[in-house]
Amino acid sequence: MIINDSKLKKKAQFFLFGISFVVYFSILCLSCYLKPAQKGITIAGSTSIQPFADQWAEVFMSRFPEKVVNVQGGGSSAGVQAAITGASQIGMSSRELKPEEKVLTEFIVAWDGLVIIVHPSNPVDNLSLEEVRKIFAGEIISWKEVGGFAKTIHVVTREEGSGTRVAFQEMVMGQRRITKKAIVQDSNGTVREVVANDPYAIGYISLGLVEGRVKAIRLDGLEPSVENIVEKKYRLVRPFILVTNSVPHGIVQDFIQFILSEEGQNLIQKQGLIPARLVKKGQSKEE
Amino acid sequence: MRGKENREKLIQLFLLTIALSAISILALISIFIFTEGLPIMFRHGFKKFLFSLDWYPSEGYFGLLPMIIGSLLVTAGAMVIGVPLGLAGAIYLTQFSSKKVRNLVKPMIELLAGIPSVVYGFIGVVILVPFVRENFGGPGFSVFTASIILGIMILPTILSISIDSLMALPPSYREGSIALGATQWQTVRMVLLPAARSGIIASLILGLGRAVGETMAVIMIAGNATALPRSILDPVRTLTSNIALEMGYVSGEHRQALFATGVILFIIIMILNTMANLTSKRMAS
Amino acid sequence: MRWPLTPRQEQAIVRLLLLFLTALSIFILAFIIFFILRHGLPVLSWEFLVRNPREMGKEGGIFSTIIGTIVLIILALTLATPLGVGTAIFLTEYTPEGRLTRIIRFGSECLAGIPSIIFGLFGFILFVTKLKFGWSILSGSLTLAFMILPTIIRTSEEAIKFVPQAYREVSFSLGGTKWQTVSRVVLPSALPGIATGVILSIGRSIGETAAVIFTAGSALRIPDSLFSSTRTMSVHFYILAREGISLSKAYGTAAVLLISILSVNIFTYYLMNRFLRKYS
Repeated sequence: MIINDSKLKKKAQFFLFGISFVVYFSILCLSCYLKPAQKGITIAGSTSIQPFADQWAEVFMSRFPEKVVNVQGGGSSAGVQAAITGASQIGMSSRELKPEEKVLTEFIVAWDGLVIIVHPSNPVDNLSLEEVRKIFAGEIISWKEVGGFAKTIHVVTREEGSGTRVAFQEMVMGQRRITKKAIVQDSNGTVREVVANDPYAIGYISLGLVEGRVKAIRLDGLEPSVENIVEKKYRLVRPFILVTNSVPHGIVQDFIQFILSEEGQNLIQKQGLIPARLVKKGQSKEE
Repeated sequence: MRGKENREKLIQLFLLTIALSAISILALISIFIFTEGLPIMFRHGFKKFLFSLDWYPSEGYFGLLPMIIGSLLVTAGAMVIGVPLGLAGAIYLTQFSSKKVRNLVKPMIELLAGIPSVVYGFIGVVILVPFVRENFGGPGFSVFTASIILGIMILPTILSISIDSLMALPPSYREGSIALGATQWQTVRMVLLPAARSGIIASLILGLGRAVGETMAVIMIAGNATALPRSILDPVRTLTSNIALEMGYVSGEHRQALFATGVILFIIIMILNTMANLTSKRMAS
Repeated sequence: MRWPLTPRQEQAIVRLLLLFLTALSIFILAFIIFFILRHGLPVLSWEFLVRNPREMGKEGGIFSTIIGTIVLIILALTLATPLGVGTAIFLTEYTPEGRLTRIIRFGSECLAGIPSIIFGLFGFILFVTKLKFGWSILSGSLTLAFMILPTIIRTSEEAIKFVPQAYREVSFSLGGTKWQTVSRVVLPSALPGIATGVILSIGRSIGETAAVIFTAGSALRIPDSLFSSTRTMSVHFYILAREGISLSKAYGTAAVLLISILSVNIFTYYLMNRFLRKYS
């Protein structure tokens, strides 16, 4: 009786031990072939769009609770790649698509101004485009040269490959390179944090993210405001693009339609972005 | 009886396969990092990766020298802060303090080893960065700041392993030296430290590895500029932060360049690991 | 030897210096905990723990990140524990010390030394892109499992070695086979020690950021399948703190992080002491 019992126990132990591995390895192998069984759709890409998209998804899901939208960061390039490979159903890009990425269907859902920011205590509040270019190129190194403190300028930029940096590079720097001495941060929020805490820092972020703790610089005398962008005066403007692999259908279509609807565009305006219809494509590049 | 033996054989075989998991995971990781990272290094030449100062991955410049130097500087700085504090603590707690104090303090410090690195980074950002900026100048994100935070981070590691290796010495060493009329400090300096040398060195190498490999805290406080720092108050980018900063934007050659960064980091870590392994083996024999 | 000081004086000075440095170390480490708790505890409330984050974490609580952390860790442990304990059994009970054990130990030690960002890179390339798991709980937990494996191997090995040889001899003399001895005598006796290692790796996993953020992603929703992305507490804290989304929520999250890690570690310590006392 005792022997039987212990044999059984041993068998059970052996069985349990073995089975856990069989299960584990088969899950591993099977999952390579399985299609992700995730509910709803995933949007991935630009960290500049992510905070806004998060809210779009929140409102969208409160309207249609059965339609699930997951928002991911990753960066513009990763988002576009994810849309091409199908890793996510919608990609977000905060820069224009490259020619080889044009296979995707794109929807401009909003426009965003790029704003040069400094610490609120900084006396400088107007810079010319040329001055900004020289500051970021490392040619102007003291605030004194542009009418401020006799202090070294702490340039803050985004990391190589970021959509915001690409847009800034194109619209402000042109052929010049951003100085290597610049502090590099990997999101709009972090750039804003650094500038908000350092009286001698300068950086660039999305118009929608400007708030009291940083001061927006006027560029050639122009306030970076929605009106100035719509009136085509302030020219640091870039599109927020959603891309899909094919003609959208199902939740993807519903979501994009929702953002482009009156309600969605109103939400976008409330977030400090510029509704898609107010700006024509290519405005940023017009002379 | 036959069946029993067979089953035992089977179990042994099964366990062997499991036991090989660690080494196969290691192999898997090396294979992936190397196959992703090496081709681009071959294509552009190792010299360009190791000795060029220009990191403009979107234009095809992949110089990793500033990051290699950055990693070395920050790690060296961390050792300058962490080692004296750690060793002093270990010596004091094992030789000069009462057993009660030691039994209270040692577990406390080991608990602190569990503080996640992001918390250290956060403390760096909210306290140390503004402090350095206001009192020493520069943007505050600097080699100096990163060294201090990393030094504090590796402190528990160094402290607790050094304590262990000092405690592991036979009491006769100490008693003999004291009996010969040496003071406690002379005993520590001339007898105990040399005797516990390899254990202490192993703790230093472990701390070194942790400092080289730390990522999130360093991104938060080092400033991540790709220029070579001119002073310890200048921002710096390490190999680890180079990977983590740009990882989100990976595609094409740029991604491979990040893996190439991983390759270099991997090699540095493996060298450290092997060194630690050798010293601890020497300690054992 | 022309010291300007007598050995006695030297000793007194060194002693003071050492005391000062030791006190400084303890002070710094204690200050970090104090600082986080001081700013974080006032933020904590029941609401903070059971509400989901809203507006990127600016409002609401951290519920979904707690769930994400727990799910990820449980999964990682179920994957790593059998592997780790199995390896430890093999190393201690099934082979004599030799080249094979040295290689396995070296592999596990190297694995322990690999920085988490390398695990992140690896997990990202293998699980997220090559195997197309995407940023998901599955990718994250597999990567974490690989990371904590060496800890579990090492602590289990030590625990098994601690079981007195006599136990085994008794079992053998009663006619037990090797596996019977291992599974019914050695493992049960070593269990508290093994548990220590497992819990220790829970502590490490809670605080892990670099490896997780690149494999499990940073989605804020409560995960509904193995393939949905999730955000752990430490990743949430990292994002909150870095992006300046909300400093008070960041402190709150950090306090939760610290309290959970410290209690896990204290529990480990307690277990270990009990285990050691039993066999010495």
